[in-house]
Amino acid sequence: MHAIEKILARNSGKESVRTGEIVTAKIDFAEINDLYLQTVYSFYEMGGEKVWDRERCAFVFDHYAPCPDVKSASNHREMREFAKKNNLRFHFDTNCGVCHQVMPEAGVIYPGMIVVATDSHTTTHGAFGAMGTGCGATDMATILMTGELWFRVPEIIEIRLEGEAPKGVYPKDVILAVLGKIRADGAVYKAIDFTGSYVENLNVAGRMVICNMAVEMGAKTAYMQPNQDVLDYVKARAVRPYEVQYTDPGYEYAESYVFDVSGLEPELACPHSVENVHPLSEVIAGQDVKLDQGYIGSCTGGREEDIAVAAGILKGKHIAPYTRLIIVPASGEVLSECIRKGYIQDLMAAGATIAAPGCAACLGVHEGILAPGEICITSTNRNFPGRMGSKEASLYLASPATVAASLLNGRITDPRPYL
Amino acid sequence: MEKKLTGKVIVVGDNIDTDQIYPGCYLALTDPKEIGSHCLEGVSREIASTFPEGGIVVAGRNFGCGSSREHAPIALLAMGARAVLADSFARIFFRNAINLGLLPVICKGISRHVNAGQTLTLDLDAGTVSVQETGESYPCEQLGEQAMLILEAGGIKPLMRKRFGKE
Repeated sequence: MHAIEKILARNSGKESVRTGEIVTAKIDFAEINDLYLQTVYSFYEMGGEKVWDRERCAFVFDHYAPCPDVKSASNHREMREFAKKNNLRFHFDTNCGVCHQVMPEAGVIYPGMIVVATDSHTTTHGAFGAMGTGCGATDMATILMTGELWFRVPEIIEIRLEGEAPKGVYPKDVILAVLGKIRADGAVYKAIDFTGSYVENLNVAGRMVICNMAVEMGAKTAYMQPNQDVLDYVKARAVRPYEVQYTDPGYEYAESYVFDVSGLEPELACPHSVENVHPLSEVIAGQDVKLDQGYIGSCTGGREEDIAVAAGILKGKHIAPYTRLIIVPASGEVLSECIRKGYIQDLMAAGATIAAPGCAACLGVHEGILAPGEICITSTNRNFPGRMGSKEASLYLASPATVAASLLNGRITDPRPYL
Repeated sequence: MEKKLTGKVIVVGDNIDTDQIYPGCYLALTDPKEIGSHCLEGVSREIASTFPEGGIVVAGRNFGCGSSREHAPIALLAMGARAVLADSFARIFFRNAINLGLLPVICKGISRHVNAGQTLTLDLDAGTVSVQETGESYPCEQLGEQAMLILEAGGIKPLMRKRFGKE
């Protein structure tokens, strides 16, 4: 069996599972973000009274952190009341950050577990050898009532990433290159196991970037076998004992794809689709893309490593006139660390705007909305029409290094000469 | 649940993501009627106000990709849609639709065989979709057992109420 199948089998009380089988699995941790007050409504509509386990579920107020309007503030109030009434052990209010950063920091993510959240990017937690998947509000309400959810055991495909990335090629470039080949629906209903020497040597933050964007290929979940970096991270934080699962030798994947990372260059997903991926050099050879905004943030590109590389490029310099660069640290912990290391001061001196930790403009809610006709380069995960505000705006997805170098010049720029 | 339904169609393209189905700026709304008034606004502002009651949305591949927002099927239902026919669906959208009683049916290539304003009949038992104006009929995939179990109960909410002895 594959490690994911072992996780599903163990949590469903079975010896083994087979592809296509429907199982009902226990959920180790369930997270509700602040877009989904409907979860609370569905919970009561279905006759729910108390959550199944006050230690295993939590709200994260990240999409409206802090609240931009009366409606979202009222939603928060109702969710906060629900959390209080159920005496939830964990509660992440507007001071915390994006759920996929906040949960591992709080130690509720660990290898071998199943985490379900009302957020599609829950695939992120494959970085820790966990099975993470997203669901809607009412599915989440059924979890809060029963502590379990039904799953179809997915086909598992292997994406093998081999080699060392050249200078200037970051995990974001790697996953964009993969996405361009596998396409936005290439892994629908399937699980992706990222393997290969590149993954084995990748740090926690880099692993999270890659697993995060697995959902942009339609994947149900993502997986990476934990390495020492992951084990060290989890050891310092996990709130429960855990067991790492291993895939049996000789496991046969439904499909396998191999990528040689050493041959890659910085990549861009061009408007208006995540699968519209091209090498950066090709894009700028064809046209001069002038920018209005740069954005570094989100559960994909707002970690300390991302902000550090931007600060490295921009320290002692200034972004181009009449542009703006929005920096949104993925969590309060990330922001604190970036302040301590001086990155925030360097970025502010370079003309950046620092916003509160959270999802912010990644999904067009607040803190960096685009006007019609504007062009933004961003370290986030989606460039759908209207994603960051006006549907007449254009978004290019890139690594944080590419975002920083591009804002320096006010046009899309290869970051490599600036590293 | 109805296993045969007839309605007028609208046709949209490939990779219609949940931001196009229901833009992020309206995510704080909770009233289904209000939610429905913004349905598919990312494709065109006119769709929700002119959508035929009991209508069917026809799409290309990967309908509902992107975020897990349940607002997407809520908006489609509140707008008056009863089914979505597409080449393929994103997984979370598919689950959300089944849970709420919106039919997500895989019908490969259907968007090339039908035009906006035509009338389709979806017959789940027969596994067919027929176009009234052309008289042509096309095969569609069956929904899985688990999906049918939920749909036949009227959605996940009645199913759970029954399980917890609330009705």
